[in-house]
Amino acid sequence: MSATLALEVSQLRVVRQHHEILKSLSFCVDSGELVGLLGPSGSGKSTLMRALLGVQAITSGSALALGETVGSPRLRRRVGYMAQSSAIYTDLSVRENLAYFAGVLGVNRSQVEHVLEVVDLRALAGRLVSSLSGGERSRVSLAVALLGAPPLLILDEPTVGLDPVLRQDLWTTFAQLAEDGTTVLVSSHVMDEAARCGRLLLLREGHLLFDDTPARLLSVTRSSAYDDAFVRLIEGAP
Amino acid sequence: MNLRRTLLTLRRIMQQLRHDPRTVALLLVVPSALVGLLAWSLQNRPGNFDVLGPRLLGIFPLTVMFLVTSVTTLRERTNGTLERLLTMPLAKGELILGYAGAFALVAIVQSALVSTLSYTWYGLSHQGIPWRVSVVALCAGLLGTSFGLALSALATTEFQAVQFMPAFILPQLLLCGLMVPVAQLPDALRYVADVLPMTAAVHAIDANQSTTYYGAQFAIMVGYIGAALVVGSTTLRRRTK
Repeated sequence: MSATLALEVSQLRVVRQHHEILKSLSFCVDSGELVGLLGPSGSGKSTLMRALLGVQAITSGSALALGETVGSPRLRRRVGYMAQSSAIYTDLSVRENLAYFAGVLGVNRSQVEHVLEVVDLRALAGRLVSSLSGGERSRVSLAVALLGAPPLLILDEPTVGLDPVLRQDLWTTFAQLAEDGTTVLVSSHVMDEAARCGRLLLLREGHLLFDDTPARLLSVTRSSAYDDAFVRLIEGAP
Repeated sequence: MNLRRTLLTLRRIMQQLRHDPRTVALLLVVPSALVGLLAWSLQNRPGNFDVLGPRLLGIFPLTVMFLVTSVTTLRERTNGTLERLLTMPLAKGELILGYAGAFALVAIVQSALVSTLSYTWYGLSHQGIPWRVSVVALCAGLLGTSFGLALSALATTEFQAVQFMPAFILPQLLLCGLMVPVAQLPDALRYVADVLPMTAAVHAIDANQSTTYYGAQFAIMVGYIGAALVVGSTTLRRRTK
């Protein structure tokens, strides 16, 4: 696994309806890295994630995930994805949702109980999704992404709307997954979540503003808080 | 194509319906009640219900299943589950056949209920062969489902999907022979009417004693179902522009 890069993005451009959403992005991610994709809303985070997943057409440049061209059928069992919309069936129970997606992925039913444990939803497993809160729904969605322990996880704002305790727990889970060799790409527009990542990609208006560790972000911008660091980075940008 | 994933999808859709008893009740009660209302309204005109009743057994399932399927699949497109499924190892055909299978089961129950009530309580005495009428009712349900799957791709909101009902169903209702026999339509309309799916259903019901004619209309319906399912699966895109 460690021989191949988890993500290899080269001069990636995405143009949608005459708008250039991503402007020639290049970066690589090693296996087992926990990478935070940060930036204000509208900066292109979701488009980048969808491009890496193969559901967003790429205008030019290239993107490889786990050594394969993104969108390759062989990646369909190996990349876990959580979109911003919860993308689960509201008229099914939590467990029925997970059982269906587990069946489609062809993973063992015991996985369902395992991921319920990870996102702390055991107690709500029998409830209809329509009766759950927004935060609970996004945990169900995260649980679907975790089914089958895929080596690459692409998570679009998984901590939005969650209480601080649960947020903490999830970041601990992501760190644990990365330690066990899973590559985790997590987007957020909350700059303070930056500290939890081993590495940061800062996106603004489709440009990659910064690509290094959180500590380095603070030191190059001489800031003590991540919000300040981001503002200074923008002001200092040519 | 994988049968296991198709059946899983079918079961998932049935589970969704099971959690929504009101929709199931509407699916079963509304067509039965409408045919009953027609029978009652024609009580003083003996013989009329025997002609119109069987035709409605073909028309109602088509209409109801078209609506239900287009709204359900549109919901799958808009809530993100379709995108998620297409990032997983699920073939488009498996999803489409899962839907077709699940709604075919609903159509079977629906048409069995309406047919049974018509031939018993509503007093339908039809010259034709009852089981052939029921088969047409089932085909009509599948026609509605397959066209609903295909046309839901054109709608971006549920509101638009509902608007397709008058656009797709009402012209067929006017031309299918329910009100004016197809043979008496102006030439241009007759050519159009002759190739509409609902006309095939009405023809098959009207002339179901003639095995060859019935068979031909049956083949037309099956052809439409197959074609609409193929079109439906091409509207599922794994990648957006």
